[in-house]
Amino acid sequence: MLKASITGIGMSQLGRNTQRPCIDLLADAALEAMSDAGLTRDDIDGLTTYPGKADNSPGMSPLGCTDVREALGLKTRWHSSSSEGPAQMSPLMIAAMAVSTGQARHVLCFRALTESSSQSPTRRASVATGTGARVGGWFSWLLPMGALSATNWAAQFAQRRMYEFGATREQLGAQCVLQRANAQLNARALFNGKPMTMEDYLNARMISDPLGMFDCDIPIDGACVIIVSASDAARDCRKPPITIAAMGAALGRDSWDQRADMTQMAALDACTDMWARTDLKPKDVDVAALYDGFSVFVPMWLEAFGFCKRGEGEAFIADGQTALTGSTPTNTGGGQMSAGRLHGFGHLHEACTQLWGEGGRRQVSKAQTAVVGMGGGPLAGAMLLQRA
Amino acid sequence: MSLPRPLPALTSDNEPFWKGGAKGQLLIQQCTRCSYYIHPPTGYCPECESRDTSYSAVSGKGFVETFTVNHKQWMPGLPDRYVLALVRIAEQDDVRLVTNIVGCDPDDVTFDLPVTVQFEQAEDLWIPLFAPEAGA
Repeated sequence: MLKASITGIGMSQLGRNTQRPCIDLLADAALEAMSDAGLTRDDIDGLTTYPGKADNSPGMSPLGCTDVREALGLKTRWHSSSSEGPAQMSPLMIAAMAVSTGQARHVLCFRALTESSSQSPTRRASVATGTGARVGGWFSWLLPMGALSATNWAAQFAQRRMYEFGATREQLGAQCVLQRANAQLNARALFNGKPMTMEDYLNARMISDPLGMFDCDIPIDGACVIIVSASDAARDCRKPPITIAAMGAALGRDSWDQRADMTQMAALDACTDMWARTDLKPKDVDVAALYDGFSVFVPMWLEAFGFCKRGEGEAFIADGQTALTGSTPTNTGGGQMSAGRLHGFGHLHEACTQLWGEGGRRQVSKAQTAVVGMGGGPLAGAMLLQRA
Repeated sequence: MSLPRPLPALTSDNEPFWKGGAKGQLLIQQCTRCSYYIHPPTGYCPECESRDTSYSAVSGKGFVETFTVNHKQWMPGLPDRYVLALVRIAEQDDVRLVTNIVGCDPDDVTFDLPVTVQFEQAEDLWIPLFAPEAGA
């Protein structure tokens, strides 16, 4: 039984090519989150992150638990980071289990990136370019064929969906355009002040059919912190706690290409598990925060969570259902495509912002229940959040 | 598409797949007991739990499950326009090979297009690529 709540959130400024040290960004997010929760560094006794310190892709994860504990002067007694887990949500899920079993009281979960500053003309963030050395693992099946970017992998889902369901670029574009509109209501979004029309979207450079430049999320420099507390300890915090009501995790086959139904991802399995662990239903959800590394992930997550049926995601979007005024407001802060890529932590941050009623001009009225879906392809984590 | 491709590191499990082209053969790991094709190869059959596996030459025929035309040059030396595809082999629907479709204009690739393997040598490896079956 989960007894875990989210008690505080924090985010650094999100920028491009800031050249700020990663720990500087992280400290901004951590101090804001602790202050938000009404906690000090002495209260933080657990620390988690994903994927841990890693240099496989430029700026992807410059900080591990050790760096953060040391720099912030934390006195944690429990920590965890793992590159294998239910995608970018794993640190939250592990923290929820840790506080539910008494390993820690207040866990600082972080994600910090300098992907924008770290990429160079020859080494782009999140593109697995060859170094001349032979490649192992699942990359060994993709890279020799020129499937070097996740855009290539995601495009093959999008293309299959267009073939099977008659989905269109305009329908995907509707989500991109509405997220950009949401970003105009979010001062922290990278593309705040840079609106986009459907014409802009359709005229953008094609990357990998049918995904163009604006179907992709944006590498940034930034950090985000979410504090997960034991539910009994959460009562002492500054704000009404947000209960983690249910979670679901999934790992698909190795890797992006072996799923029997190429119109769905592991997201479907994670959501199915999540709903099996609660009495709540999709109709009870007020706001959704869905991983949008690529636009096509949004309709796939919408279907996975059961907001619409298989094959209806793109039409659901085009019908306006994911807009702030729709039945399932989705990626209300701009998402990764318009606010910047915090690898799912931005989605958690926005869901909590909405549940605490702090969304300002983009606030969904009476938001009490939210879902967050993180990951793409064979990795997925799903979480149901409820305002206490 | 022409070179230079990043090349796979060889393991005891994947070596026959990448070298079968030397004899013009597409070799897929197969369970000796129940005949299930195992890809990516692991040396263990997920269908019948046998560890007795070997490599079999399949027909080299398959169908395009899905595809994308890439439009961006990701690294120096690679072209910016080529077709990435998942090809399901004729023998077993759930074996999907990440590959390129060659021998036709990218605009002519379609879903379920029948394709046949051909090989492109790269150093000591033979990369399996697929072209539309004659008459398709």
